[in-house]
Amino acid sequence: MPRRIRLRKVVAPPIFKGYKPYGAHVESKEHIELLYEEYEAIKLADYDLMKHKEASELMGVSRPTFARIYEAARRKIANALVEAKEIKTVYGNAWLEKDWFVCIECNSRFTIPKTISNHNCPLCSSKNIESINKH
Amino acid sequence: MSKIVITSSGNTVKSDFDLRFGRAAWFCIFDDETKETKFYENEHINANHGAGTQVAEKMLELKVTKAISGDFGPKAKELLDKFNVQMVIVQEETTVESIINKLITK
Ligand SMILES: [Zn+2]
Repeated sequence: MPRRIRLRKVVAPPIFKGYKPYGAHVESKEHIELLYEEYEAIKLADYDLMKHKEASELMGVSRPTFARIYEAARRKIANALVEAKEIKTVYGNAWLEKDWFVCIECNSRFTIPKTISNHNCPLCSSKNIESINKH
Repeated sequence: MSKIVITSSGNTVKSDFDLRFGRAAWFCIFDDETKETKFYENEHINANHGAGTQVAEKMLELKVTKAISGDFGPKAKELLDKFNVQMVIVQEETTVESIINKLITK
């Protein structure tokens, strides 16, 4: 079966590759992997102090999905703090590229190479498209 | 004239759309002008690495100008982007035929 992946919009990727604990009595060799979208969920909810509904809309996911990502993020960070583990940020299912567009009608995502003058949706021809990096 | 590749799980238009690019089972090349389809089996499906790049190269060889799949790996993306191949991501369980119908009826 073809694999199914959901891509989440990430508004601003983290500006670090990871965090390392220091001065730990027992250094953990393990690390946790914080996905970009998890970082984003924490940022929107706890740094930008957005309501979950708003944050989920910004990330282009449903509220329950947002809650799940947010919960996973908090648990990972708590685990890293308590067990003195390194945090690494990894790409996950985030959507970061520039110059990608989404069709509001059929939900396809696409690039528009400079050789193409037609800026309609390449699948359904709708003119109702928007840049993914608009926010 | 425009050649469009649609990733497919089999070798007919009735086949399910394959959401993978580098590791798609088959590739359906649809000619926008003649409305003809041709199927190519993915020779790189079991490559340990670099399947995305090799498939992207194959598509460039076939003079594809548009690629429709469920996902593109970073290497494939980079290459297709460089050669101005339009990438279209559809994350829907569908068939090759229904994608072609969308392309035709537009
Ligand atoms: Zn569309």
